[in-house]
Amino acid sequence: MSADLTRASAADLAARIAAGEVSSVEVTGAHLDRIAAVDGAVNAFLHVDAEGALATAAEVDRRRAAGEQLAELAGVPIAVKDVVVTKGLPTTAGSKILEGWIPPYDATLVERLKAAGLPILGKTNMDEFAMGSSTEHSAYGNTSNPWDLTRIPGGSGGGSAAAVAAFEAPLAIGTDTGGSIRQPGAVTGTVGVKPTYGGVSRYGLIAMASSLDQAGPVTRTVLDSALLHELIGGHDPRDATSLAEPVGSLAAAARAGAAGDLSGVRVGVITELGGEGYQDGVSARFAESIELLRGAGAEIVEVSCPSFDYALAAYYLIMPAEASSNLAKFDGMRFGLRVEPTEGLVTAERVMGATRGAGFGDEVKRRIILGTYALSAGYYDAYYGSAQQVRTLIQRDFDAAFAQADVLVSPTAPTTAFPLGAKLDDPLAMYLNDVATIPANLAGVPGLSLPNGLAEDGLPTGFQVLAPARADDRVYRVGAALEALLEASWGGPLLDHAPELEVAR
Amino acid sequence: MPTLDRDEVARVAALARIDLSDAELDRLAGELQVIVASVEKVSEVATPDVPATSHPLPLTNVMREDAPEAPLAVADVLAGAPAAQDGKFAVPQILGEDA
Repeated sequence: MSADLTRASAADLAARIAAGEVSSVEVTGAHLDRIAAVDGAVNAFLHVDAEGALATAAEVDRRRAAGEQLAELAGVPIAVKDVVVTKGLPTTAGSKILEGWIPPYDATLVERLKAAGLPILGKTNMDEFAMGSSTEHSAYGNTSNPWDLTRIPGGSGGGSAAAVAAFEAPLAIGTDTGGSIRQPGAVTGTVGVKPTYGGVSRYGLIAMASSLDQAGPVTRTVLDSALLHELIGGHDPRDATSLAEPVGSLAAAARAGAAGDLSGVRVGVITELGGEGYQDGVSARFAESIELLRGAGAEIVEVSCPSFDYALAAYYLIMPAEASSNLAKFDGMRFGLRVEPTEGLVTAERVMGATRGAGFGDEVKRRIILGTYALSAGYYDAYYGSAQQVRTLIQRDFDAAFAQADVLVSPTAPTTAFPLGAKLDDPLAMYLNDVATIPANLAGVPGLSLPNGLAEDGLPTGFQVLAPARADDRVYRVGAALEALLEASWGGPLLDHAPELEVAR
Repeated sequence: MPTLDRDEVARVAALARIDLSDAELDRLAGELQVIVASVEKVSEVATPDVPATSHPLPLTNVMREDAPEAPLAVADVLAGAPAAQDGKFAVPQILGEDA
């Protein structure tokens, strides 16, 4: 019964809770038991709030028994990435500089989770300040990939993806600045969606790069992502970049897609996001998925986006530049760590330098210095200015491609999960993991990743679907169609093929 | 393009208010040179006729209702501060001796 509850989809759990077949306390308890059993090995969670989650669950059960009309996902537990502030729950963003900090307020998306009655299981591990593609840059130890504990779970949101893949949570929240929802999804065999920029409020997200950051759902099924996206999305007056229009009928799009008919849908294969540099098994699974879409009636066209070859370079100027500014608030004055210099005068300026020297990890220092350099006098035009121009070229490529196709597709990540430590000493090699996901952030368009098979090494591969800004429903329709076709061919979800994790007693 | 050598990394780290050890400076200088050499290819296609984009979906004149909202409780905010006194953040001296 308990294993059954942790393997069910969020949509299924919501229906069973609503029908009175199972209580939210039972569902939440089953997931807390699973966390206790496997998280010692996976390390997906930085903090578990069993008491708070069970209290929320009991309240949902009480309100349901009293006949109240509740939200669709009421009672279904969720894990929240530690870059999202949660009132009363520790929030570190994976950094020593925020160790022990308890935020005095909730992010807007957390307010919406609480209002809808979703028990919050805890906070998930991540690369420090979401800077990384492997979770190895967390100050609190890496998360492991549930498919192979010696391999990376992706990043920065490796904790959220691993929690969902290891059946520790049916739902999780991620954030995606250059692929931090989608790439962990690809390497853990789970689903993740980066909404259109502005589709989900950024209020209460500890910002890395404000023009790129976007929160979104991390789940095991496309429909679950749609349900969670609908819940957390929509306008927020506290975020000036929040889109005014309603989030739209995303679950309906997913349900329509799952019927499997893609007649009349034009699917564009992006030339530049494939071929050289992509692992053979990743390319093979991608080609098979394209044939499934063709079989479902989609028209497949090839589209070229030549400026995408410059996206990684532009991203690694714009993101560090914005991060260097956003992280200036960690000055040792108002929250988090304060370190005083060991000798000499104790001035605010010297305290700030000592605090940041001690509190930030290697990757954060690299990016802040790179960003400060790119913005400094004499270099601004050549670096930051040029990168912003490339951003225009990438948007133009998307505009041209979406004139030929309704959605664009590519592999989500060029390789499957690599061994822990393999790229830790080579930052540039680490950055290349996000080569296929970064263009969407630069242009603000929505992107979904879903598992589309196992490569020759037995590890999951991911399939990315991109749509024009504000057309998030399309990634759900096409994603759900491919998911249904793939699961029919596999005889069930891909995660059924993941090895059983050893259970601690 | 200029190179990001060890002295330049030290200068920029000081601008960014991050104290670095000698070992960190040595390592960062090597790593950042590789990264900068890779990202400077943006200038190949950034010709003068291409406008810059700062924001993916630009919105203009974003307004919200001009209504008062309760601020965070002072005690809640100061609870997370490294030091507080008399309901305020307590900070080190701002100016050096010779200022």
